[in-house]
This record gives sequence, C-alpha cells and structure tokens, in this order.
Amino acid sequence: MHMSDGIVNAPTSVIFGLVAVLGLAVCVARARGDLDDRTAPMAGLVAAFVFAVQMLNFPILPGVSGHLLGGALCAILVGPYVGAICVSIVLLLQALLFADGGLSALGTNITNMALIGTFVGYGVAVALRRVATRSRGGLVVVAFVAAWVNTVVASLGFVLEYAIGGQGLALGTVFGLMTGFHALIGIGEGIITALTVGAVAAVRPDLVYLTRGTAPSLTIKDQGVRS
Amino acid sequence: MKKLPVAFYAGFLVVALLLAGVVSYAASSSPDGLDAVTVSGCELDEAGEPVGGTCIAQNAGEHATAGSPLADYTVGGSEGTTGIAGVIGVLVTLLVAGGLFWVLRRRSSKDETPSRVK
Repeated sequence: MHMSDGIVNAPTSVIFGLVAVLGLAVCVARARGDLDDRTAPMAGLVAAFVFAVQMLNFPILPGVSGHLLGGALCAILVGPYVGAICVSIVLLLQALLFADGGLSALGTNITNMALIGTFVGYGVAVALRRVATRSRGGLVVVAFVAAWVNTVVASLGFVLEYAIGGQGLALGTVFGLMTGFHALIGIGEGIITALTVGAVAAVRPDLVYLTRGTAPSLTIKDQGVRS
Repeated sequence: MKKLPVAFYAGFLVVALLLAGVVSYAASSSPDGLDAVTVSGCELDEAGEPVGGTCIAQNAGEHATAGSPLADYTVGGSEGTTGIAGVIGVLVTLLVAGGLFWVLRRRSSKDETPSRVK
C-alpha cells in the first residue's frame, strides 16, 4: 500500500508529513514505558519480521496482489506506540534503500500504515481483549479480526488523502476499489497476523503485549503495578 | 533479572531471514491493491508503466532513490537477487529498530514486566 511521489499534491504531502511527525513524536515519548531489556530486542525483531513479510505479495484477484501492512501484528506483540515505530522504520528504510514508497509520500504512508493501521488494529484488539485472554484460540481470532480491520481502515486513509489532494479517477471509484481490494487483502493480513501471534503465544506467551496483563488500558486512567 | 529468551529471538530472526531470503522468490509480482487503483483507467506497457488513458499513476514521478543499489528489492538491479536484498533489508531493519528501541528502553530491569510511565 505504498504511495509513490506525486500521487497526491504537495500541500497534502506536507499536511500528512506533519501528522506523521506529530504522531511519531507521541509514540516515541510513550514507547519508553513499553520497552525494557526483554521487549526492546523483541520489538527490533518484530520490525525486521514485518519488513520480511511485506516482501511477500500474495495474489487476491487476477492481476492484483496484496501484502501485509503489519499494524495489528505489531500492536498485539509489542504495543501500539512501539508498534507504530516498527512499521514506520520499515517504511523509512523501504523508501530510502529499496525505492519502495516515495520520499515525499512518507508522511501519507506512515499515517496510513503505521499510525492508522497500528492504532485501529490495537483498538479492535483491546475491545476484544476478553476474548483474547480466554484462550490461545481466542487470541488468534482477535488477531485475525484486528488485522482485517487495520487493513481496510488504512486503505480509507488513502481515500481521504486522495480526496484532499489527488486527481485522475472519480473519488467514488477510488473508494470502491480501495475498500474492495483491501477487504480481500485484509483476509491475508488476518491469516498472517493470526499465524504469527499464535506462534509467539505458543512459545513465549509472556512476549505478547496484548495479553501480558500490564498493557495500558484505554479506559483505566491510573493503575498500580500488577504482576 | 530474568534470563533473556535468546533462543526465541534467534528463531524469530531465522524465520524472518528465510521469508525475506527464500520465500520472497515466490511472491506475486502483480501490483498491490493501491497500485492497481492508481493505474486503473490507463493502458500499461509491459513494465506496467501507464502509456495511455487517464489514471492517478500518471501524476507519479520517478522515485528519488531509484538509483539506490537495493532499488526494487534487487542488488544492483540484477535479476534473481531479491533474496539477498531481502536478507540485507531484514538485518538493516533489525539494527536500526533494535538499536533505537535498545536506546529508548527503561534501564531498570528489576520489574520484569513493563509498567506505564506517566
């Protein structure tokens, strides 16, 4: 889902560049609380894993493929703040080294895949946390659902950016094609996320952020140290 | 401090390296969902570049780092080097992300589970 340079106009690129910078600043400030000697290497590996899996385009329709975005996967394994940074680093390196995703489009790409994808995926996962903590099967189902939603909503990020500063195709067509394709890509994203989270939970359940029991709750403002 | 799960980390890295280094050869080369939308309405040449009609991708410019030695997930543009480019990408991502997270982490490790920092 990497946009190239010029897909949206310069002002739109600047706006979403600012959104990305502000969002990432918040993430860096908050990530520290989720990183320690055990989770910091895990987060580095999760980023490397997302880079690897983003190379694996799978066919969804004749002539159309999709690949993992990784937002829900990262959020479930290492938390939303660290997770958004993981996806952002992948996008930055892809643009700088692999000519994948435009440099001026980094803001829109980070907004869609790293910020929207990760936080929407995390929101869904937290909403379903009672299912996720019940059993490993429950966690796998939650991972699938969170990943599907993260893919579709991230694609809406592109539709929004296109509506603001794109041209060439009717907005309704863009909306229909983007959501249609990504409803299918989301199934692949869901399967990959479910498999990955399920595998980690089977071997090292203590390294799954969502079910670790100390994840920051979206509703509880103040909480003591639980263990 | 509890022992670090080094074996798990190593296994995770091996999986990532295999996916990027080997499985990547089996990846679909069709445009992804967004690229398929941006070329919708255009006739494409064999390289997938728009040559006629009207589509979003006509506004796209040449990539600023198209001359990068790893551009398009190849090494120097050579065919069949996707796996090598992928392995390099995995290792660079691990170094950059792991390095940043290692610097950002909380140093005290008495409490083995992260708590919130207010």
